[in-house]
Amino acid sequence: MQGPLIDTLARQGITRRTFLKYCATLASMMALPPSAGLAMAEAIAAVRRPSVIWLPFQECTGCTESITRSHSPTLEGMIFDMISLDYQETLMAAAGFQAEEALHNAMKDNMGKYLLIVDGSIPLGLDGAYSCIGGRSNLEILKEAAEGAAAIIAMGSCASFGGIPKANPNPTGAVSVSDIIKNKPIVNIPGCPPIPAVITGVLAHYLTFGTLPELDDKKRPKAFYGETIHDRCYRRPFYDQGKFAKTFDDEGARRGWCLFELGCKGPVTYNACATEKWNGGTSWPVESGHGCLGCSEPDFWDAGGFYKALSMPADPLKIASAASVAGAAAGVAISVANRAKKGAARSAHETTGLADLEK
Amino acid sequence: MNDLQFLTWVRGGGLDIAVGIFLLGVLWRLFEIYSLGRKPDLSAPRHASGASGWHTIFRRSIPPPGMLKRSPVSYIGGGIFHIGLAVIVFLFVPHILLITNLTGLSWPGLPSQFVDLVAVVTMAAMVVVLVDRIKNPVKRFLSTFEDWFTWAVTFLPVLTGWLAVQHLLLPYTMMLALHILSVEILLVVLPFTKLFHAFTLFGSRWYNGRVNGHKGVPV
Repeated sequence: MQGPLIDTLARQGITRRTFLKYCATLASMMALPPSAGLAMAEAIAAVRRPSVIWLPFQECTGCTESITRSHSPTLEGMIFDMISLDYQETLMAAAGFQAEEALHNAMKDNMGKYLLIVDGSIPLGLDGAYSCIGGRSNLEILKEAAEGAAAIIAMGSCASFGGIPKANPNPTGAVSVSDIIKNKPIVNIPGCPPIPAVITGVLAHYLTFGTLPELDDKKRPKAFYGETIHDRCYRRPFYDQGKFAKTFDDEGARRGWCLFELGCKGPVTYNACATEKWNGGTSWPVESGHGCLGCSEPDFWDAGGFYKALSMPADPLKIASAASVAGAAAGVAISVANRAKKGAARSAHETTGLADLEK
Repeated sequence: MNDLQFLTWVRGGGLDIAVGIFLLGVLWRLFEIYSLGRKPDLSAPRHASGASGWHTIFRRSIPPPGMLKRSPVSYIGGGIFHIGLAVIVFLFVPHILLITNLTGLSWPGLPSQFVDLVAVVTMAAMVVVLVDRIKNPVKRFLSTFEDWFTWAVTFLPVLTGWLAVQHLLLPYTMMLALHILSVEILLVVLPFTKLFHAFTLFGSRWYNGRVNGHKGVPV
């Protein structure tokens, strides 16, 4: 797989026309001008395997699964193959010292130029002992690898925001990449797992323009995380009409009504699932009948339960009954005091004047 | 704390505190007010048609003769925003869900676009009522801090709720959290300000109507 990408694609039966169409789609998906599609095609076609180092930390390999399995074969997959993935524990054949050597060679040879992809959160508890590779803590490895990186892509919700390892009570002291690295450009591609096209979109943008795409306040590419699931959801009209599925198998569910009442977090989740869909555009969670979990948002795991509607209390009310009893008791106590005062006033033959009315 | 954590807090711990203070305050004040009592009126009741507690409850929802012309803003503006608030609070589906979750009671809601329209009309009526309070010298003279404050805590939930639904000003998550927070402030403030009329209004009317009915005077 040496030489320009376009040659490799041609060998695999991808025509120039298909490739151009793909780049134009990618450009329009990212809300770039039409000319950007061509620029992207030229840049990607000519690219000679930019070095990418992929570090897995506290993760479940779901992000890697998402990219390697969701499309076979699609252009996303091939472009992903085309980058020089110099270190990826799950995909690489090397192990042990060889793997470590590959990592260090890649870092040394491409100092200041390589892209660093991180999936998984970084545990800080017990001096990082919760997750080590080759006897070194994730924290140590990340700091070393980040030093020579041109940019860092935090892949998945764990690397972006801490994800499930950070869920309450966060036993490992998990944090995100941006909690540690402050002096490098970072793109967060959250999702559990993230959408493959988003990853290639960011890579394509970087290869074409040499910069990272426009990001929102959570460092997510605006092109993909600019709108909520709810706003782009094909079930949205039912929400507006007040038609909701009440259970997962009732008449409403069968008719494709809105899943808001079943706990869908679409209204507060910024991601592209509703437009990009999954498995090569086959379907996506809401289309398959389940509400959005909000997996591309920070701390989605602790956002009050997946099956509770957003307008429902996140936790059961704990002090309500105690407060009611206390309120009633206070009312009764004051009324006893008032009656005593009234009785005392009556027996003292007190009079009421204008000043009393102002009280 | 990020916006989703903020939202989760206002839906969880914050709501717990607000509902707790609300229940405490409401029960406290209801016990206090209704236990005050009155000396029994030993005179023989005078019967007059239309003189009773129930009549007064209904009659006072309608402007007395001539009053609509004298102060149209108070009656029309006030009427619109009270009905509007009731529609928004009790007939918007996400609100019904909350009530169902807390009490087990449920009823059908209205389409969200209609509630959206009602929210705009309600806010417009509330602004008109506020401007009238500022411009009318008598009303301004009678207004205290509590009047301005209670107007604001009533207006903010409607405004933030509408902004959240319309995706204006702030991202939805943050606006929704602010909306719920503003409602929690309203819940905390309600039992201890004039907003408590939500609970005492009909009781007071019935009481006045009954006292006057006893005397044979329809009011």
